[in-house]
Amino acid sequence: MQPDSLTFIFLNAFIINNFVLAMFLGLCPFLGVSGKLKTAWNMGLAVIFVMLVSSTCAYLINGLLVRFELEFLRLICYIAVIASAVQLVEMTIKKFSPTLFKALGIYLPLITTNCAILGLALFQTNREYNFLQCLAFSIGAGAGFTLALVLMAGLREKLNLADVPSASSGAALSLTLAGLLSLAFMGFAGLGG
Amino acid sequence: MVKDPRIPESLSWDTFLRGLWKENPVFVMLLGLCPVLAVTNTAINALAMGVATTFVLICSGILVSSLRFLIPKQVRIASYIIIIATFVTIADYAIQAISLDLYKALGAFIQLIVVNCIILGRAEVYASKNNIVNASVNALGMGVGFTFALLCLGVVREILGNGSLFGFDLFGPGFQPWGIFALPPGGFFVLAFWLFLFSAVQNRRQKVQHQKETLENAT
Repeated sequence: MQPDSLTFIFLNAFIINNFVLAMFLGLCPFLGVSGKLKTAWNMGLAVIFVMLVSSTCAYLINGLLVRFELEFLRLICYIAVIASAVQLVEMTIKKFSPTLFKALGIYLPLITTNCAILGLALFQTNREYNFLQCLAFSIGAGAGFTLALVLMAGLREKLNLADVPSASSGAALSLTLAGLLSLAFMGFAGLGG
Repeated sequence: MVKDPRIPESLSWDTFLRGLWKENPVFVMLLGLCPVLAVTNTAINALAMGVATTFVLICSGILVSSLRFLIPKQVRIASYIIIIATFVTIADYAIQAISLDLYKALGAFIQLIVVNCIILGRAEVYASKNNIVNASVNALGMGVGFTFALLCLGVVREILGNGSLFGFDLFGPGFQPWGIFALPPGGFFVLAFWLFLFSAVQNRRQKVQHQKETLENAT
């Protein structure tokens, strides 16, 4: 596969360099919202949507900033774009599904400070992707985030029934689990070589 | 607990020490985990990241605290983010000028300091309610606590994964590095280990306390 082909960019963000398990982006929601399978799935969908919107906006804004040589404002502009995209998603979800809105709770506005989203915008700028590549990258990254979140939620639902020493329950156990998942994902490293 | 913003907390050692131990951002509050795991493959990266974050923490703390009567409540989060983003941009360019190698090693994670929840959390919970001196002391404490946590991981991962510390070879050529610890899964495992250690110590302390109390009650 060509390194800049759309398929490769998608697969790379989806499993090879998974945002959560290989690049450590977006760990707060990964540990915070992975308690229940249903919530995790919905959170993943919300993140995919925010990623698509903010990646598109970031691409357009970066074009403008480069044109007027204002690159030092990049970070501030990206953050503003992401915050507005999150606000949009929040209003949509609140309107269409109040139950989902309640289930996601504080983690919905916190998507703003999800480093996966800002990371996505920064990486696509650093790697100088064109518009289609940006789209493939953002869908891949969002899908990868959802995959990691759903896998983790499924494992943790089972783990709730396990009998473990009290000191190792909670965060320590979740992180060990994430480590094992990450180890498994390293197996994809040779893919598409 | 919501405090009246006009009555600042009095300055004490506790303002500083809280961030180091009792409210350690990483080990106790589990905030800002992304950089903790991502840049701690060597101790020097961990230290650089800690210093950069501390710089942003202190500067944004001072600015947020001095503007606390001017920023309207409704737009405060947006204002804090803009303030933080400004200082992160400064730190980003400064590191680029000081050491290009370090800049490349840390990658996008310097710019991602913007979305580190510790900084926004401090601005919202502490700096916006206290005077400038308190805010900067508290930010310094948090920054040192964060750097301490980063070093805890960085040192273990560098020794096990590379057999060196701050770039110096420790064990000589016969050492077989345990490569997995320099890779992503190692980060998860080492952090899990530290958290386990912390909660084990905490549990033990509580147990001793409990035994003492029951003994006192019995006599």
